[in-house]
Amino acid sequence: MLIRRVTLQLLLILALILVGRPAFAQMDLSGERGQKMHEDAPERGGGPEIGDYTGLPINDADRMRGDTWDAEKWTQLEHECEPHPADYAPRGPGSMRVWADMDPVTMQITAWHTEIMWMQPTRTIYMDGRSHPPDYAVHTWQGFSTGEWVADMLKVQTTHLKEGWLRRNGLARSDKATLTEYFIRHDDYFTLVTIIHDPVYLTEPLIRTSNWILDPGYQPIASTCIPAIEIDHPKGWVAFHLPGKNPFLNEYGEKYGIPIEATRGGAETMYPEYQEKLARMPIPKPKESAAKASAENQQ
Amino acid sequence: MSVKVLAKKNVLRAALGLGVMLLWPAGGATAQQDAGYTPQQRQNASYRSIDGEKVHVEHVQGRVYMLGGAGANITVQVGDEAVTLIDAGRSEMSEDVLRAIRRLSNRPIQFVINTSIDPDHIGGNENIAKAGHYDSGQPGEKTGAAILGQLNVLNRLSDAKAPTGEVPTDTYRESWSLFNDEAIMLYHAAAAHTDGDSYVFFRRSDVISTGDLFQPSLYPMIEADKGGSIDGIIAGLNDIIGIMVPRENEEGGTYLIPGHGRICDRTDIVNYRDAMTIIRARIQDLVSKGMTLEQVKATKPTFDYDGMYGSDTGPWTTSMFVDAVYSESTKSQNKQEKENSKQKKKGSGGAGGKG
Repeated sequence: MLIRRVTLQLLLILALILVGRPAFAQMDLSGERGQKMHEDAPERGGGPEIGDYTGLPINDADRMRGDTWDAEKWTQLEHECEPHPADYAPRGPGSMRVWADMDPVTMQITAWHTEIMWMQPTRTIYMDGRSHPPDYAVHTWQGFSTGEWVADMLKVQTTHLKEGWLRRNGLARSDKATLTEYFIRHDDYFTLVTIIHDPVYLTEPLIRTSNWILDPGYQPIASTCIPAIEIDHPKGWVAFHLPGKNPFLNEYGEKYGIPIEATRGGAETMYPEYQEKLARMPIPKPKESAAKASAENQQ
Repeated sequence: MSVKVLAKKNVLRAALGLGVMLLWPAGGATAQQDAGYTPQQRQNASYRSIDGEKVHVEHVQGRVYMLGGAGANITVQVGDEAVTLIDAGRSEMSEDVLRAIRRLSNRPIQFVINTSIDPDHIGGNENIAKAGHYDSGQPGEKTGAAILGQLNVLNRLSDAKAPTGEVPTDTYRESWSLFNDEAIMLYHAAAAHTDGDSYVFFRRSDVISTGDLFQPSLYPMIEADKGGSIDGIIAGLNDIIGIMVPRENEEGGTYLIPGHGRICDRTDIVNYRDAMTIIRARIQDLVSKGMTLEQVKATKPTFDYDGMYGSDTGPWTTSMFVDAVYSESTKSQNKQEKENSKQKKKGSGGAGGKG
């Protein structure tokens, strides 16, 4: 009788483990976290330098977008209040809050939400199995996201993104791009892997990781952006450089002594083997203006 | 085939449609929702197509819906008393279009507004108008829906000896306003896609129907032989941008129904306007250097935008777009040179840019 009871209890425990297994694979992602910056610090603060395309698998078309881009774009009224899109917001100044929606009947999480500090772009990641909208649906800065658990990582697929940017120096990301992400929690640390697939401007997927650390004291600061005329422009004025006329493209290489060819980016520049090629390239002489700017930065 | 016959044939489908209509929170006979979808609500509203139907229905905002799959996009504005359409799709799709409209409202179609003269916009005029009702009070006048368009639509269709039923019954020159439970503002975009383009602003719903003045995935179709021009396209885009108001973070707010393609907001049309302004400036710069069309094409002035808006096949290719902009730029250049030599005065203004 005792053996039968123990066996029954063991079977019951095993059954509970098996039934509960999917839940164990999930991770509570909720909480407030502060960003941890590493090699990407310059990109998260003041932003990348003009002409710095290093380490990005861009194609010639995107290089042309960057070369003809003019930072005066941000003085165009219609661009003043644009937030970072889903794939770039984690690279901006971005403490992050994560929370969940729970079905009160099933106790299942139906959606995750993320909110990032700068301009508070808020995302919804649907966990209820819904399909993505059709092609004729509107595109948004944060796109349309659905999630599923892969082991203890939340895998997120995002479509319907507005045209955005790979870097804040004019390198465009098209509205045909899709985003795959992995949200990974290790105790107090949080890692987000973003993989951008862009058939228009990338030759290979662009993979980036960003890190955060638990910060329960973080309080989001409300931000409201109202477009206002800061510089008068005629109606329809658009900022750009004509091809071959942008005088700032070599400043980055000259300032840091990086071969100009290497600053032009491309998939090749992502890989370690490129260092051998890099070592054989001529290093540009710093121009007086670039050297002065570099010295000022170091002070 | 008369509309009555069409209606009899589709009693079952209509019943199905009525059932679906009742299930749609944002649908129904009166489209009660106020303007103000958040961008996320807007995306989640995109689940309204019904299996087996060729025409899909999309609630855009307020009283305005988009019908797709019948040629050019059709805008449907549902009032308590009547239905207003912007464009009518292709003629062979009228049965499907009417069935889709009846899923939204059983009120009579009062106005069909044409944004241009293209067959995929006006082909269904006659069929749709027959199913509608507009009574001007004139004895003996037909009481189908009124067909409205800019004056040049009437002129060009008359010149082409188009069937009477396709031709506008009423026209306007610069702007016009109607009312169907909200103000409906019609504006002429002069010399844009053609010389008879209209865009239509539903003021309370906060939705603009642009016609082919704006297609988010294609370079502007400039029909120069019908009075179209890149300058007119860009001017029209700027005018539309000028009346749009986004919600916070430059998203949502005023929505656009383009001539073809997906629902858009201000960011989409601004990016498009920027791109077309930049490409025009590049080609103008090359023309000012005396380059031939072949030389201009060799520089690939659209290269960085081709993946967004270009096409090598179909009715409007990238090459045709460059041809049109080059031709117009050359004429403008010649005109400018003549004026300069007369007045020895530099032309004013510009689209911005450096170089």
